[in-house]
Amino acid sequence: MTAAQTTVPTTAALALGDDALVLSHRLGEWAGHAPVLEEEVALANIALDLLGQARVLLSMAGDEDELAYLREERAFRNLQLVEQPNGDFAHTIARQLYFSTYQHLLYAELAAGDGPFAPLAAKAVKEVAYHRDHAEQWTLRLGDGTDESHERMRRAADALWRFTGEMFRPVDGLDVDPAGMEAAWLESVEDVLRRATLPLPEGPRAGGWTAGAGRQGLHTESFGRMLAEMQHLHRSHPGATW
Amino acid sequence: MVTTATPLEAELLDIAGSVPDPELPVLTLQELGVVRAVHVRGTDTVEVELTPTYTGCPAIEAMSLDIERALHAHGMREVTVRTVLRPAWSTDDITPEGRRKLREFGIAPPRVREPSGPVALTLGRTRTLETTTGDPGPDPVLCPHCGSADTELLSRFSSTACKALRRCLACREPFDHFKEL
Repeated sequence: MTAAQTTVPTTAALALGDDALVLSHRLGEWAGHAPVLEEEVALANIALDLLGQARVLLSMAGDEDELAYLREERAFRNLQLVEQPNGDFAHTIARQLYFSTYQHLLYAELAAGDGPFAPLAAKAVKEVAYHRDHAEQWTLRLGDGTDESHERMRRAADALWRFTGEMFRPVDGLDVDPAGMEAAWLESVEDVLRRATLPLPEGPRAGGWTAGAGRQGLHTESFGRMLAEMQHLHRSHPGATW
Repeated sequence: MVTTATPLEAELLDIAGSVPDPELPVLTLQELGVVRAVHVRGTDTVEVELTPTYTGCPAIEAMSLDIERALHAHGMREVTVRTVLRPAWSTDDITPEGRRKLREFGIAPPRVREPSGPVALTLGRTRTLETTTGDPGPDPVLCPHCGSADTELLSRFSSTACKALRRCLACREPFDHFKEL
């Protein structure tokens, strides 16, 4: 590594870029399947925002297309949370609530600093504010809705809870305060769940029975299949354009 | 946004700024507030600073090509369009003339705001309603067709990332709202 390259925090750029890319792809999977047209458009718009952020972040780490389309599963550094399958709509909303709350806190902190991520973060934090608001409103509506929607939202919030501790492990090159962010995240998420009449999930968020080694390149079973679909065209037809 | 520009740079900035937005052709890029600066680097070499509305805005490539074409036509041999993120674009960067044109085009213009972030809302039983409680909040979004302030949010996201979908309760027409960012 040359002296010039050391100024770019590649590890952090890959971590944040992969989070945005992978979640963008997952949300794109809703196209043609969302419960109503407005939600289809909303999820696609959120996916597009994330894809834009991913392009900037991955370009800081190298060639965006090579990084997105030609890396093996073990080379991805995204959180395990964002690669989780869409599940039912409640699962997608729980994933959005957990991640967008984290991403909003993260970008707000990075935007306030003067590091290499500050310009992107200052822009993206405004976009993510809408994502977080969208997730919050749906959590409230589903949680405080019918018995069926309440139960599904509760199950989704529970199921993804064990993936949320990973967001607050330190990342090399990321100049933020994970403990402070985690406290703010918990406060915000607990507030939304309470207003949605949902119980706070009881399972652990860190320790033996939790998940979370995505930043080290260890991923869950469904991620390989997602990548196969995402990378198929580029690998089959290198350099294809239209 | 203009730093001490030479007369030539000011002229080229006007030309780059007069390019229509590819998705909202009623607006020029200057009215949208996305052309930040033009720097002349040689006799016929020029660099343009362009900022995206949203980070993932797919129109940015079409904008760059259109700017290049316009400046080539003005005798510039080498045109480089550079994307800049800082300071982040805001809907406050849309000029008053741009807002007027949006309204005429049937899109409710963004309200002028100081703090950024979404407007606080609560959901009704079947659709999205805004509250009038809590923070005074910004002015109501006026229907671009009939001017009524009695409008409601249908979806935070519409045909493009920069717009929300609303409906007028007076004339019953749906319309896009260029949402505040």
